[in-house]
Parts: sequence; structure tokens; C-alpha cells
Amino acid sequence: MSQDSHQESFIRKYIFSIDHKWIGIQYGVTSMLFLLFGFVLMMIMRYQLAYNTNTGLEKDLISPDMYNALGAMHGTIMVFLGVVPMVVGAFGNYLVPLQVGAPDMAFPKLNMASYWVYFIGGVVMLASFFVPDQLPAHSGWTSYVPLATLSSGPGQTLWLVGMIFLITSSLLGSTNIIVTIFQLRVPGLTWMRLPFFIWAQLVTSFLLLLAFPPLEAAGIFQLLDRVAGTHFFDPYMGGSVLLYQHLFWFLAHPEVYVLILPALGIVAEVIANNIRKPLWGYKSMVYSTVWLGFMSFIVWAHHMFLTGMGTTMSSFFMITTMIISVPSVIILSSLFLSLWGGSIRFNTPMLFALSFLPMFGIGGLTGLPLGLATADIHLHDTYYVIGHFHYVVAPGTIFAIFAGIYFWFPKITGKTMNEVLGKIHFYGSFVCMNGIFMPMFLQGLTGLSRRMANGGYDYAHAKEVLYLNEIMSISAFLLFVFQLFFIFNFFWTIFRKRYETESDTNPWKATTIEWTDTTSPPLGHGNFEVIPSVYRGPYEYSVEDHEKDYWPQTEE
Amino acid sequence: MDIEIPYNVEERKDTGLYNSKLGIWLFLASEIMLFGALFSSYIVLRSGDPYWMLHVKEAHLNIPLATINTGVLILSSVTFVMSWVSLKLKDLSKFRFYMGITLLCSVIFLVIKYFEYTAKFDAGHYPSTHNFYAVYFTMTGLHGLHIIGGIIVNAYFWLPVGYKMWDTEPERFTNRIEVAGLYWHFVDLVWIFVFPSLYLL
Repeated sequence: MSQDSHQESFIRKYIFSIDHKWIGIQYGVTSMLFLLFGFVLMMIMRYQLAYNTNTGLEKDLISPDMYNALGAMHGTIMVFLGVVPMVVGAFGNYLVPLQVGAPDMAFPKLNMASYWVYFIGGVVMLASFFVPDQLPAHSGWTSYVPLATLSSGPGQTLWLVGMIFLITSSLLGSTNIIVTIFQLRVPGLTWMRLPFFIWAQLVTSFLLLLAFPPLEAAGIFQLLDRVAGTHFFDPYMGGSVLLYQHLFWFLAHPEVYVLILPALGIVAEVIANNIRKPLWGYKSMVYSTVWLGFMSFIVWAHHMFLTGMGTTMSSFFMITTMIISVPSVIILSSLFLSLWGGSIRFNTPMLFALSFLPMFGIGGLTGLPLGLATADIHLHDTYYVIGHFHYVVAPGTIFAIFAGIYFWFPKITGKTMNEVLGKIHFYGSFVCMNGIFMPMFLQGLTGLSRRMANGGYDYAHAKEVLYLNEIMSISAFLLFVFQLFFIFNFFWTIFRKRYETESDTNPWKATTIEWTDTTSPPLGHGNFEVIPSVYRGPYEYSVEDHEKDYWPQTEE
Repeated sequence: MDIEIPYNVEERKDTGLYNSKLGIWLFLASEIMLFGALFSSYIVLRSGDPYWMLHVKEAHLNIPLATINTGVLILSSVTFVMSWVSLKLKDLSKFRFYMGITLLCSVIFLVIKYFEYTAKFDAGHYPSTHNFYAVYFTMTGLHGLHIIGGIIVNAYFWLPVGYKMWDTEPERFTNRIEVAGLYWHFVDLVWIFVFPSLYLL
């Protein structure tokens, strides 16, 4: 091709870009907006729960139906439009080719298609908010039948159509990531020299690839039930309600690991860099991740203990659920043990990564009672469940996302985000997150149902813990205030001039390829001037008799 | 488009694959999960419904037509392989001949399917009639969509706009045919499972 093909048109460069870095940024910005939007929906719900429960329904801020709709859309948006596109679409797209030394993803055009299909899915989901006089999907993010097939208005249909787009997008994206990791690793980058982040992305992509299609089948069935009058899920006509739940959770349990594995990958990178020593038990972490990936396909029915599927089934899924906690504990313990004896740098990304560990720990440990069928009878569908999985994804995954943003921001822009603002953001968010989710365990243990639009006001047995509603809501509003520090910091850093002290392309003194062999921000499309070769593992920090305290992977 | 992705055309030594070949296998793995979900749902619905066999008997699915269709699809897979082999033997006109037969077969398949569908509709059997028809139309319909997708891709390679790549990058074009062929065989294979489980059982 001629030289002037470097002068890409505006549309090619910024809108229909095929450069993985720009697509990653597109994914990142879009999913960040969706995360904010999902958070706003939640704040409306929290206001309703804390302040509008005693006044009678007519004076409420939102109707109970609207409350259901906000709940369903909050879950959908956070999971499918916020966190997954952020950890796989944004971080995966931007970092995987850079960390394996590839000029781009294996299929750049497919990558572009993946983003735009995701975008269409998001638009369809948002459109369901603007159908006149009709609610968006209001049957929970799980869209259980028969509630969902019978729900009125086009909201649920739009939800299903949107989901089919999102499934297609993640199929394209995950294929791309797997092929990139298998095919485009530079010479010398053997499997056990891959950064842990790459391993996490690889297993995650396999989960997306193989777990999403059954949900697509369930979506097609439900769509036909609603549109073509079929009876797949209609027990009066020989259909099966349980079938939907099986198909749904066959996706949605691996989906949980899609949310957490890339987060563990990000945290591992940030921690290894900031303790200035190798990760403890890198290999066992890798094997545990693969094990976790396999196991996540055979635990799904622990979401269905109360459906009456039978004790044999319950016992089987209870056992697999207990087994899957082993690899999770291995990974988390390895990260904790890595800290021992390290000279820890407490910068903002490290603070987020460090707080991820106990937060994910709380989320994981509170999951054990839910995995036991007997205890689950009491806890199922209470606020305890909400507390449990939010500890995993909110102060867990979201904190990992923040750690990743602060950590790789200098890579993307060449400028480091402000530390003082970052620390205010961290400490504020940390306190508020716990203020929101810790009381949920108390409420849930009393048996308070998670789906009450009035905050459980008429639950006699929950009287003692209802005062917590207000504390949680105030924490949620304060959490929003602390995010303003992040938003300001983000834009201010992007638009400010680059300091002279920021000329170093490797400000964290990291060892992996993306820091050592490209400039910050990287060159245009193509990433590397010289294709690097790899000579050592990803975390060779503080090697004895080496003049620097880090030894880049590409240095002989 | 000024950058070159490694292993786009040539094989990588340690995996023995070029990029799109691995890509299509992953895509097919995902497709297997999709059709796997459909087949397992079929099993669950069928075994849970005492009236199922009544509808199967009443439906009179046209076994002779479906048998012809099975033969047509298998023939199309064979000619697809021949078209790929022709490219390996550097014979573009033979490639076009065999690919033409593949396309013809796939269109015949759809035409026969059309007659089958209309016969069902004329008899008053719709997806909403009973879950047997729902399963029948969903599975054959989704399979039909895959056939249509294959026809679009194969027709592109059969037409000058697609095979002009042969003049500039023959190896890459041959790879494309191989990858499209893998997909086509998969679509064929799905039918090999759909045919007995819906028509014969």
C-alpha cells in the first residue's frame, strides 16, 4: 500500500476505526457511560426505598412497576452493557495485542463490527425507556418466564432483541481475543510467560464463546413465545418453565466468572508491579483460572435450589459449587501471599487493587451459605443475595476497573492522573461501597425480600433493620459525589498539557511488553516499530544481581 | 489497512493453523453450543409432554422430501470439497464449476423447504399449534437461516467480485474457501442431526 494510506480519513480513524486501541477506547467510554447510567437508575431506586415508603403509593417517586423496570434495567445495563464491555471490550481490546506483542487483533474488521453491534444492542436497550406510556423490561434482569412472556408492552421484546445483539457482539469479540492470544504471540512468549491478565482474558473469552449461545436459544424461544405465539415456556400447553431457567443460568453462571476473572487479571498486574516482586504461585494461579473456567459450566443450577428440581440435582450442584470455591481461594490467597515481603507502593491504582482483595473475599465467603441448598432456603431472594453478588462486582470488579484505569491511563494518554484526587476518590468510594452493601447482609438475614418497591415497610420481621435503608441510600448518594472526583480527574488529565516529568514511557517501571516496547501513548496503527522478542517471565522484579529492580520481558 | 497481521495466510508453526481457520473453529464451537441448546430443549419438551407423539403422527412430516434434501446437502458438501481441491490444483474455472453446483444444491434445498413449509401452513399447522411444530419450525428455520448465510458467502466467492482475489493472493483465496467450507460442512452436519431426530423419531 502507498504511503498516503497512513492519512486515514476521520471516519476510518475515529468512528469506524479498525485499530484495536481506538476500539478499546470506544468500548471504554461507552461502557463507562452505561455504568453511570445504571448507577443513576439505582440511585432513583434507593431514594424510593429510603424516603417514599411511608407515604402511600400515589405520592411515591416512582410506581412499583417502574421500580421493577429500573431494577431489571439496572441489572441488565450493569452486567451486559457496563462491566463486560469494560473488562473484555475495553481492557481486553486495548491490552491483549499490546501485551502479546501483536500489531493489532487477529481480525481488525471483526473487532470494529463487534463494537458497533454492541452499540446497536445498547441503543435498543435505551430505546425501551422511550416507548410512550410503556415501561422498559420489568421482569428482572433474569427475565424469568412466565412473568416475562406475559409482561405487557414492547419493553421485554426490545430487551430480547437487544440481548441478541449483545450476544453476537461478545461472540465476535471473544473469538478475536482467543485467536489473537493463540496466533499472535511474539517469539519467546510461551504460555507460562504470559502475563496473568492474558490468561484471565483467554479463559473469559472461552466462557463468553461457549456459554452465551444457550442464552441466545432461550432468547429466541422467549421471543417466539411473545411474538409468534409458541408455547416453549407455557406449562399449560406442554411447555417447560424450568427449561428457561436452565438455559438462562447455563449462561449466567459462567457470566459471573466473566465479570470477575478479568478483574483478577487487572488486579494481578497492578499488584505485581507495585510490590516489586514476582507474583506468588503464578503457575497455580494460571491452572486455577483454567479449572475455574471448566467448573463454571457445571454449577449453574445452584441458582435454582428453590425451583423444586429435586434433591439429587441440588446435591450435585451443591458439591460442584463447593468445589469451584477452591480455585477461587487459590487465586485470592496467591495474591494475598504475594504481598508478603514486598516493598509496597501505595499509589491510587494499588489502593484500589489492594481493597479489591478483602472486598472480593467478603463477596466470595458470603456466597458459601448460598451454595448450600439448606441455607439457601432461608437466604434465597433476600437482600443477603444482593449484598453477596454486589460485593463481588461492585467493590470487587468495579474497584479492579478503577485500578486498571488509573494504572493504564499513562499508557493511553501519556499522562498520569492526579494522585490526591485519586486518593479522595478511593477512600470515599471504599467507605461508601461498604456503607451500601454491608447492611444488606443484616437485612437479608432477617428474610427481607429483595424485590420490594417499598423497602420492606410492611415486613413485620424486618422492622428492626429497616432503619438501614436510609444509611444505604445516603451512602449511595455520597458514592456518586466521590465519583465526581474521578470524572473531573479523568477529563482534567486528558486535556491538560503533558508535564516534562512525564516523558518516561514506563512510569510504573513495569516489565510487560506494553510498557517496555511501545511509546506512551503508542504509535499509530501497528503498535510496534520493531517486533519484540521475549526472553523471560512477566514478573521479574527485584532479581538479584540485576542493576535495575525490574527486568523487562523483552530484555536479554 | 497499512499493517500486516501475522499468520493471516501462512500457518503458525506451533498451532499449525492460520488465523481464520482457528477463528472459524471457535465460531463453530459456539454454534454447537447454540444447536446443542436447541436439541436439549427439544429433548426436555418432548419427554415432558404426554401428547407429543400424537402431534408427531398427525403432522405427517414429508420424509421423502427430507431424504432428497439430505442427499442434496451431502452432494453440496462433496462439490464444495471439489471446488477447494480445484483451487489447490490451481484451476479457477473448475472451482467455479463446482462452487456453482454447491450453490445450485443449496437453492434446491431451500425450494424444497419452501414446499414443505407451505404444506404445513396449508394444513393449518403453525408454530403456535403445538410445541412439536414450534420445535420443528425453530430448528429447521434456524438451520435454513444458516443455509441462507452460507449461500450469501459462497455466492460472493463464486462471483468476480469475490474471486478476483485469486489473481493477487491465490493462497489467501484458497484459505477463504477452506474456511467457508468448514462452515458449510457444519451446516450440513446439523441437518444430519435434525433430519433423523425430527422426521424419523
